[in-house]
Amino acid sequence: MRVGLFITCFNDALFPGTGEAVVTLLERLGHEVAFDPAQTCCGQLHWTTGYHREAAGLARRFAEVCTGLLSENDLVVTPSASCAAMVRQAYPQLVPDLAGASDTPDAADPDAWHENVYELSEFLVDVLGVTDVGAYFPHRVTYHPTCHSLRALGLGDRPLRLLRAVKGLDLVELPGADECCGFGGTFAMKNADVSVAIVADKIRHIRATTADVVCAVDNSCLTHIGGALSRLRSGVRVMHLAEILAETR
Amino acid sequence: MNARGPLGEWLAALRTADESPPTVPKFAVAARDALGDTQLRRNLRTATATMSRLRVTAAGELDDWAELRAAGQAIKDHTLLNLDTYLEELERSVTEAGGMVHWARDADDACAIVTGLVAATGQAEVVKVKSMVGQEIGLNDALEAAGIRPYETELAELIVQLGADRSTHSLLPAIHRSRAEIRELFLRELPDPPADLGDEPAQLAAAARGYLRDVFRTAKVAISGANFAVADTGTLVVLEAEGNGRMSVTLPETLITVIGIEKVVPTWSDLEVFLQLLPRSSVGERMTPYVSTWTGVAPGDGPRAFHLVLLDNGRTNALADEVGRAALRCIRCSACLDVCPVYERTGGAAYGPVHPGPIGAILTPQLRGPESPHDASLPYASTLCGACADVCPVRIDIPRILVHLRGKVIESRRRRPVPTPEMAMMRSVAWTLGDGGRYEAALRQTTRWARLVARGGRIQRLPGLFGKWTDARDLPAPPKESFRVRWQHRAGLPVRRGALGAPGGPRMGRLRRSSG
Amino acid sequence: MTDARGEILSRVRSALGEARGTQVKIPRDYHYRLVGEDVESRADVVALFSERVADTRATVRHVGADELGTAVAAALWGNGIRRLVVPADLPYGWLAELDGVDVSAESAATGFEALDGATGVVTGCAVAIAQTGTIVLDGGRAQGRRMLSLVPDYHLCVVHADQIVGAVPEAIERLDPYRPLTWISGPSVTSQIELERVEGVMHGPRTLNVLVVDEATAQL
Repeated sequence: MRVGLFITCFNDALFPGTGEAVVTLLERLGHEVAFDPAQTCCGQLHWTTGYHREAAGLARRFAEVCTGLLSENDLVVTPSASCAAMVRQAYPQLVPDLAGASDTPDAADPDAWHENVYELSEFLVDVLGVTDVGAYFPHRVTYHPTCHSLRALGLGDRPLRLLRAVKGLDLVELPGADECCGFGGTFAMKNADVSVAIVADKIRHIRATTADVVCAVDNSCLTHIGGALSRLRSGVRVMHLAEILAETR
Repeated sequence: MNARGPLGEWLAALRTADESPPTVPKFAVAARDALGDTQLRRNLRTATATMSRLRVTAAGELDDWAELRAAGQAIKDHTLLNLDTYLEELERSVTEAGGMVHWARDADDACAIVTGLVAATGQAEVVKVKSMVGQEIGLNDALEAAGIRPYETELAELIVQLGADRSTHSLLPAIHRSRAEIRELFLRELPDPPADLGDEPAQLAAAARGYLRDVFRTAKVAISGANFAVADTGTLVVLEAEGNGRMSVTLPETLITVIGIEKVVPTWSDLEVFLQLLPRSSVGERMTPYVSTWTGVAPGDGPRAFHLVLLDNGRTNALADEVGRAALRCIRCSACLDVCPVYERTGGAAYGPVHPGPIGAILTPQLRGPESPHDASLPYASTLCGACADVCPVRIDIPRILVHLRGKVIESRRRRPVPTPEMAMMRSVAWTLGDGGRYEAALRQTTRWARLVARGGRIQRLPGLFGKWTDARDLPAPPKESFRVRWQHRAGLPVRRGALGAPGGPRMGRLRRSSG
Repeated sequence: MTDARGEILSRVRSALGEARGTQVKIPRDYHYRLVGEDVESRADVVALFSERVADTRATVRHVGADELGTAVAAALWGNGIRRLVVPADLPYGWLAELDGVDVSAESAATGFEALDGATGVVTGCAVAIAQTGTIVLDGGRAQGRRMLSLVPDYHLCVVHADQIVGAVPEAIERLDPYRPLTWISGPSVTSQIELERVEGVMHGPRTLNVLVVDEATAQL
């Protein structure tokens, strides 16, 4: 299968390793990956902060790049539930002429181009039908389901099924997993005190698992959780799902 | 740090961004006290967790819960789109049943109508049933100003009133108080409190009952809210647990009910949906202990005069917003409060005097307009985690409305002659991201700068708005090469295995592969 | 004051603009009756009612119609009721076995003080709902005014099995909205102090007993 990669600006700048892991993983599974460096940002930061005119400009631009990728590939995959949700669920509101206006996600047009943007674990489990990707990662790991993966995309246990199939991996359940980490984009700065109060509880739960690694499908939330773990010098590390799945013996 | 170009602009903006009012939202400031209040935090944590658990059980028991929610949503949407028709029908039905209907454009109107009605009875005391709309319009203050003494009759509202306090939670207004505090309050404020009053909730509740019994004994006028008003029959519906509602709608001679215009439902049979959704969503029970319904005046039973006050107070502003109007579906169950990670830590006070929690964050700015810095900050008092939308019995997509209202807040600022620092920054970022070349240049520049301020792969201190991040959290230093750069090099280079733990990588911990 | 009514209605109309009058289709795919294997027969529905009433911390007993008088007397005696107030149209048989209790029938003149002095009340009901363990009083036969079942500390409610419906929609269908209704699901409750649940100390009767008169003999 030919897969177009939507890296996201955040990963591009801060977490190139995640992008490399996606490429490694998909190539290992026998697929071809294409990347168009014309892509910048899907507009999520501006959209959720209320700068909708600016977000619309960025969305138009990204829609062009993305449809370009889709014309040469079977579908587009991104290692970000949040950005996938932005394109699939917010674009119809933000740029209805480009992404088919619909009032609710329920009424989305399944044939619309933006429905072909997949979050990584969706692609692996739903499209490829694999859960064992041949990974090996002998560490104690806990999984935090990010809000957008859980509630916007409804990924359910897909990431967990992938993790359970990783050889050597000791998966520990995270108490209070469903609760937000307190990131929320600009919320983390506009309401920094509340944001920190929320992540403090997330950290407490993570520490209680005695896991060495916290895994998620959004590096934005992991930056928040990891930033707090790092400040506390906890020694606990955060890793994107793709990075764990890319590891082999 | 002498960067020029877009980066220089961002940095300049960053340095000042948190000094201007819009980026120091009032919510953030108001929340600080709550965050440091140990008892409030403990009580809220327990209360929200308990209530959420009860709700999950109560809703999970019905295998047609999804269908009930869909029906509830549609009934409310239909009502809102035909609101003028149903209000007129409600007025007709109530009048035919012997009630009188009054219309109030705003809080002042409503307070004037209610105080006028009480004054006409010649009474100087009224019993009140907890009503959020009463709180919204500041009814108690208005009554007192008119020389009328309001008695709150719900236990928690009584505690709040005696303590000259503010409500913390729509359903549990006094949840911030400890039993010891309540005991002291009762000993100080109640006439003839039991001398041996202990601090067991049952003893405290009994003391309140004894006091309120005397109040009810002589009450001639009651003021209530209502959960629903049925247009085709003129029926008002109140759900409650303590029985003070039954007392208030039954014993006095005059009953005055104040409701927002969005409380109307078209038909009696629509209650078959809401009397399932509301008790399970609000208190996590199959039915609240008491539900009272009345239609106008019942000969020989209950009040001889019934007045219904229909309040707008900004609801038509919300109605005019195609996206925002969905907030008017709200049936005030408070389920969204208890699942909200923000509310759980701040409680209600930070949301201001009207409606707390996620629903307050979308209702209050719409009712009052986003002009005040506090109201403009409310749509930002959310991580957009979506837990509220999942639990809402009438399926209000709160995150969507929050984002929509954020858009309105920003639009209202675009008219300013000098852009806010945040706006300058966001525009500049958008301009940069709007072009591949500009983006790559900024990426290189920012990366270089960020790596300069990093120590050991961590950034621990940043200026301006980003300082709010680094106050309590590290930021990983960006790797030297972005993904796009690595991709370009990729043709000639194998993808590095084991790169994940490489020194200088973005991660803040390291893992050694275990052998074997 | 200008016409607030006209102003509000015109604000509503202009707020809705072209959307005004849109008929939204309401999907009523929820259950109108109880569904499931365990509620197929009438006996199942009645059994569910008893179970759910018990969940609300009210007590419930089943009696045959011929035992009702004895059961009422036993319940009142067991709760130490000395002064009883009843609706004027309470069936005579319900109190036939009563002894040593001062019974007064409600009249238009019965006020708060008289009711506050009574220690108990016996009523029937209009409808009962199995799914929620609810009894509904509508002021009809054997129920009296709302005040009657509100002020005394003890409430004994007699429910005939054929008054029990399965689900909330059935109750709504049976009830007359023009009568003042009181839906009762257990004794009053408050959880307002540190979320500790306290039952029966607030307003309304502290104790609610329900007697279900079983169907086979409910013809009397």
